[in-house]
Amino acid sequence: MPDQGIPPTTGTHDPNLLLQAAGVSKSFPGVKALSGMRLDLRKGEVLALVGENGAGKSTLMKLLTGIYSMEEGQFWLEGQPLLVKNPKEAQERGLAIIHQEFNLMPDLTVAQNIFIGREPLSGGFFTKPKALEAQARELIDRLGLPLDPSAKVHTLTVAKQQMVEIAKALSYNARVLIMDEPTAALNDAEVETLHDLIRRFITPSTGVVYISHRMPELKRIADRVTVIRDGEYIDTLDMATVTLDQVISRMVGRAIDTSARPENVRTDRPVLMTVENLSTKDMLSDVTFDLYEGEILGFAGLMGAGRTEVARAIVGADPRTSGTIRLRGKVVNPRNAAEAAKQGIGYLSEDRKKYGLMLGQAVSSNIAISSLADQFSRFGFVNDRAIAKAAADQRTALRIKTPTVAQLAKNLSGGNQQKVVIARWLVKNSDVLIFDEPTRGIDVGAKDEIYHLLNRLAAEGKSIIMISSELPEVLRLSHRIVVMAEGRITAVLAAGDASQESIMALATHPDDATSAASAEHLKEDAR
Amino acid sequence: MTYDPTQTTTPTTEAPAAEAVAVNPTNRGQALRQRLQQLLAFGGLAILFIVFSIASPQVFPSYSNVTNILFSAVVVGILALGATLVIITGGIDLSVGTGMIFCGVMSATFITIWHLPVLLGVLMAILFGGLLGAVNGFNVAVNKLPPFIATLAMMLVAGGLALVVSNKAPIYFDAASGYQKISTGTLIDDNFLPGVPLPRNFPNAVIVFALAAVIAIVLLNRTVLGRYDLAIGSNEEATALSGINVKKWLVIIYAVAGLFTGLAGVMISARLGDAQPTGGQGYELQAIAAVVIGGTSLSGGKGSIVGTLIGALVIAVLTNGLQIISVPQEWRDVILGVVILLAVYADQLRARRGSVT
Repeated sequence: MPDQGIPPTTGTHDPNLLLQAAGVSKSFPGVKALSGMRLDLRKGEVLALVGENGAGKSTLMKLLTGIYSMEEGQFWLEGQPLLVKNPKEAQERGLAIIHQEFNLMPDLTVAQNIFIGREPLSGGFFTKPKALEAQARELIDRLGLPLDPSAKVHTLTVAKQQMVEIAKALSYNARVLIMDEPTAALNDAEVETLHDLIRRFITPSTGVVYISHRMPELKRIADRVTVIRDGEYIDTLDMATVTLDQVISRMVGRAIDTSARPENVRTDRPVLMTVENLSTKDMLSDVTFDLYEGEILGFAGLMGAGRTEVARAIVGADPRTSGTIRLRGKVVNPRNAAEAAKQGIGYLSEDRKKYGLMLGQAVSSNIAISSLADQFSRFGFVNDRAIAKAAADQRTALRIKTPTVAQLAKNLSGGNQQKVVIARWLVKNSDVLIFDEPTRGIDVGAKDEIYHLLNRLAAEGKSIIMISSELPEVLRLSHRIVVMAEGRITAVLAAGDASQESIMALATHPDDATSAASAEHLKEDAR
Repeated sequence: MTYDPTQTTTPTTEAPAAEAVAVNPTNRGQALRQRLQQLLAFGGLAILFIVFSIASPQVFPSYSNVTNILFSAVVVGILALGATLVIITGGIDLSVGTGMIFCGVMSATFITIWHLPVLLGVLMAILFGGLLGAVNGFNVAVNKLPPFIATLAMMLVAGGLALVVSNKAPIYFDAASGYQKISTGTLIDDNFLPGVPLPRNFPNAVIVFALAAVIAIVLLNRTVLGRYDLAIGSNEEATALSGINVKKWLVIIYAVAGLFTGLAGVMISARLGDAQPTGGQGYELQAIAAVVIGGTSLSGGKGSIVGTLIGALVIAVLTNGLQIISVPQEWRDVILGVVILLAVYADQLRARRGSVT
């Protein structure tokens, strides 16, 4: 229900607010992206901003930072009307935005990245490396970050790269920190570190807007939550009193069961795929497991535990130093993804944009690509009618939201892009589907749809490997759970025996001193 | 005899593409955008044509001059067809100029020195071009050399070998009288299907060019090769993970582009009546220019053969028209350079506007 007294056009200013938006509207040809949007960030609070993909969060952010021009409505920053022309100006006004995708130069050092464009210079031309590093160290120490200013950014973990982004943003003396999906690529320990950092940033004159799809986190970090849906403001709720299910139901306009667990454990089924002694040069050692028919096998572990590497090594995308992969008892050992696909193993990468989609091509082309040779062509000539039909069928079956299957893949939301990649492998009729972070960057409603889809596929007899960093997701879907640490399997748990706590314990691998140390590393450093 | 391009609103070469789009309902949105791009390029071509027609109403728009323009577009145009396929993968082929010369020398070797029948010699010369292309593709796809370097090396190797094989002297096709007719003969003369209204008395090279263009259009729009071409150019990693053998297809695409190089080698040697061992350098850049003017993106994943045809015609019309109104060679180069900049800049503008929504 669009709510309680939206100010008619531009609204009025409330002096207790740090950042305020009122009556903000924005349309694109054919779409009303925002309509009468409001946002009230109080001084000293963490305000969560939630909404499904396409709800208008990123449009709001782009208006705030001047990437889009305002159409209607007004922003205020500490009582002053705020209308910036570009992100740089936003930064200078004290608005720092940490985007989901980092803007770092991997071959430069931490210090160079933080002060890029503002390096201390002598004579306006020659760099002063020592001064730069000292400046960076001062900032890093002030923020209490476990960073080495002289380290090259590409050598850092994702979590530390994010810290560099945050340090860079805060170096402008930001009062408002806006974070878009800051924890999408972080494990639980790293999330805690990030939250500590946010808590330290909060003072009576600063505030944080925290955009996230990861509901349980909001409870831990946010004071209030603003829910938006379909470009409209829905509600702002107190985190202390609201339940997550209440938030989610406002987001999607319907109730979602988040407590579902897999119905049964399917070890009674025949084994479809076996992986034996899989090793790679730098990462995996002796990975061995079975995959049953109609099973969802969850892969849990910390970032860098080697889960993605297992998937890539199975399909031959990365070279194996040893290992045997059998399908129905027959050795297949694919040398590349083309051979894997031919054998019926499909890999859906964690990074849809980089490794999944041809963004500039039509949805239909993206769906058909894997099956062009065997289903959609004769003597090399492509049958576009058959492609259009198959794509339209998938669009209906998976409820892919797109006006037509001729739409370019880049114009779809994350959840729908994911469905396009899934559709590709369904059309290919693969027996084994390896999902790597299938719901990363996808909103709650679409997540739920993906969950139902995975369950349905397993029920239809597909064998699914699901790699996920979200433990609730692993627990909710998996019939069995493989836990990895440091390139090895530390345990295979039946769904009934697993809990978040037991998985985390196995993922940090207390038997192995080095891995336990590295898991605790971030926590230690942060303190 | 009614062949007058000023009266036709669409070039004949666009018809096959229109069909391909019509039976391709999945790509309507894309097709529309591409169509707009082609329309703009075609509009540019039409404006050039009109301007030159006004500047030189007697000579420029005459039937014989239009035939000349088409004739002069043949070699660069055929090279550009292959170059389009390569550029769509995100690659580049710098070896087509000297490669073409090498293929011409090989054609002369097969026919004049080995005394093979003309048709067989021509076929082998074309296949030889495919072989050169396959080597390029192997270096790019399997040895992972950057396309620029792999084909730069091939440019030198092919240019050098053309001199070695020919002993640094032109090889004449004296013994094979029919060879020259491939280019300069007129199959459709006054006696060809009398009574049927056809443009007549233009060189066969134009027919060969048109056939090659149709083949390229079908390859890109209607075959698996074309789809993989676009997919690889859009996102090579994702295409590989989709289960496509990207290495294999890259080799095939470069090899097919090489076939066009081979055909261009046949056409240029047939036009001259001998296989010159030098003079290929610069053609590769003209071919790339034609592709780029036609709106194919150098970053890959997007492109059209019809655009390339228009690009090749723009170059031919400019060269011919400027020559007729007595603009010296050095200024023709300057103007062509500016046209390339304008064409690509216009394309960038469109792309930017398109990405805002």
